[in-house]
Amino acid sequence: MTLHLTNTAKTFSDGTRALLPIELTVKTGEIMSLLGPSGCGKTTLLRIIAGLETPDTGSQIFFDDDDVTLQQVEDRKVGMVFQSYALFPNMSVRGNIGYGLKMQKLAPDKANARINEVLEMCQLEKLALRSIKALSGGQRQRVALARAIAPRPRILLLDEPLSALDASLREVLRDELAVLLRKFNITAIFVTHDQAEAMAIADRVAVMDHGTIVQSGTPEELYRNPQSMFVAKFVGSAMLLDGSCKGKKLTLAGGVQDLPKNTTDELVFVRAEDVHISKKGSLTGTVQTTTFLGTHYRIGISGIASGVLTSILAGQTAPNIGDTVKVSINPEALLILPNGAHKE
Amino acid sequence: MIKSKAKLLQLTVTLTACAFLFIPTVMSVMAGVTANYFKGISSGVTLKWVFQVWELYADSIFLSLWLALACLVVTFIIGLPAAYGLARHPGWFSRVLEEFISLPLAVPGLALALALLQLYGTMKGFRTSWTFILVGHVLYTLPFMVRSILAVLAAMDLKTLEEAAASLGASPPRRFLNIVVPNAMPGILAGALTVVTLSIGEFNLTWMLHTPYLKTLPVGLADSYASMRLEIASAYTLIFFIMIVPLLMAMQWASSRAQRIAN
Ligand SMILES: Nc1ncnc2c1ncn2[C@@H]1O[C@H](COP(=O)(O)OP(=O)(O)OP(=O)(O)O)[C@@H](O)[C@H]1O
Ligand SMILES: [Mg+2]
Repeated sequence: MTLHLTNTAKTFSDGTRALLPIELTVKTGEIMSLLGPSGCGKTTLLRIIAGLETPDTGSQIFFDDDDVTLQQVEDRKVGMVFQSYALFPNMSVRGNIGYGLKMQKLAPDKANARINEVLEMCQLEKLALRSIKALSGGQRQRVALARAIAPRPRILLLDEPLSALDASLREVLRDELAVLLRKFNITAIFVTHDQAEAMAIADRVAVMDHGTIVQSGTPEELYRNPQSMFVAKFVGSAMLLDGSCKGKKLTLAGGVQDLPKNTTDELVFVRAEDVHISKKGSLTGTVQTTTFLGTHYRIGISGIASGVLTSILAGQTAPNIGDTVKVSINPEALLILPNGAHKE
Repeated sequence: MIKSKAKLLQLTVTLTACAFLFIPTVMSVMAGVTANYFKGISSGVTLKWVFQVWELYADSIFLSLWLALACLVVTFIIGLPAAYGLARHPGWFSRVLEEFISLPLAVPGLALALALLQLYGTMKGFRTSWTFILVGHVLYTLPFMVRSILAVLAAMDLKTLEEAAASLGASPPRRFLNIVVPNAMPGILAGALTVVTLSIGEFNLTWMLHTPYLKTLPVGLADSYASMRLEIASAYTLIFFIMIVPLLMAMQWASSRAQRIAN
């Protein structure tokens, strides 16, 4: 199913403009992620698509050619995974998964077959008769997913499905979820404020800020070609190199950096993996922090730009704190973005 | 040494307190099955008094049971939607409303009965019917039902659970029946037992509202104390205990279960 939103906005009764008029299309079978900082309107947008929130007049929501703008949530045939999972405590795992099928009045033998199929897909066969109070966080998440998917919804909506889990579990389940969602072969929208999560799971990411979608595209596109400072910072944590540009040279506190093109008004950003510590570097800074991360070190360097510049160092040893180091940045790796295109 | 002395003191105090509470009860129950109270238990054990009480006051006992049941039905029908409404729309208005429902708890039963008499006393048919007493009992027990259900409902994320059911295709009545009612059940049970127990034991209000033909169990008890032999009054107490103690125990169990869910 293709989801199409036009001119969709939401103003809450207290005057909060949680969502400014937006356009959004999610193609059949695509997994779209809504990514943005807290309070940017992700949940609001998801709830509007589900029918749990009424959008402002003038908004239009289409499921294929079906205008569902005025349809009640119970008639929309959406699957929703809530942040808290919202499993029914009065039912077993099986009861939870079968609830949507019961509402559809599916014949018992068909319903049972469907429940078994979903249980197997989500690896919950052994837990089918358990009470949901006797499940771990990860198991609950799978039950919530199974329950949402069992009635064959037209679209699957997930609101930060991993945020209720421990950090260590989150990474494992993130990849598991990505595999599972593709197995379902369903149009899905996935809300998160964690860019790594969005990158790992989604086919396409829409970055949101202050109630608008500021940029959308594949994870690669967003990472390599951010169109604004906000996206550059939010996706892949780009760091600002603030200095004065003149022609193809950027003069920083720590030296002069070559630029790939003539630049005057724009802002220059760089990512940690493109900041190399090397003897031939043209920039000079002082090591502030070193963090050992197993496969690599993270080095914080001050004195080059006004903020601390982070560098990823793959070597066996790291410089000491307080050492003066030379840094080189390949001009082609720099991100040059319009100034003031997006104010924070 | 000091420690064991302190323990001993503690034990003595506890046992004394228990004895203080239990001995009159036991004495009273014993009196109810003693052939001749003035000669003591040595005069023999008999069920004569119990049967006599049954003959004299069976109507009161049935009226009390019937009232308790009716009171339960009415408080449930009013209390469940009320608690649901309060749980679903938290805010200052709900708080005020909740306090308002609880007002009859703070007003003495006699005053409440007086208000009812002043208001409806002239409506003869209503005044002399058992439903008049029922109104008093409902007023008095409703807050217990509402609060008990509310405590359980407020402990879960009802709004999200209902939204989840809605997204799975459940209409509002289905959500209420499949999600709200089963999850409120421990609260309903605890509330129901409280209502029944309170209704059976209620005296203040009922004494003011009753007519000579409508005596409940506690009113009959007062009556027998005032006008009967001590053995009969004691046998009456015995019957009262037999009815109320299992209810009290069930109530304890149900409310501790509800508490566990609410926490
Ligand atoms: N019922 C409501 N009434 C008024 N304002 C609301 C309501 N719900 C949300 N908001 C506001 O709308 C804005 C967007 O909220 P929303 O929940 O969509 O954010 P979010 O992107 O999901 O954030 P988070 O990552 O913290 O979940 C916020 O400023 C929030 O305070
Ligand atoms: Mg949210």
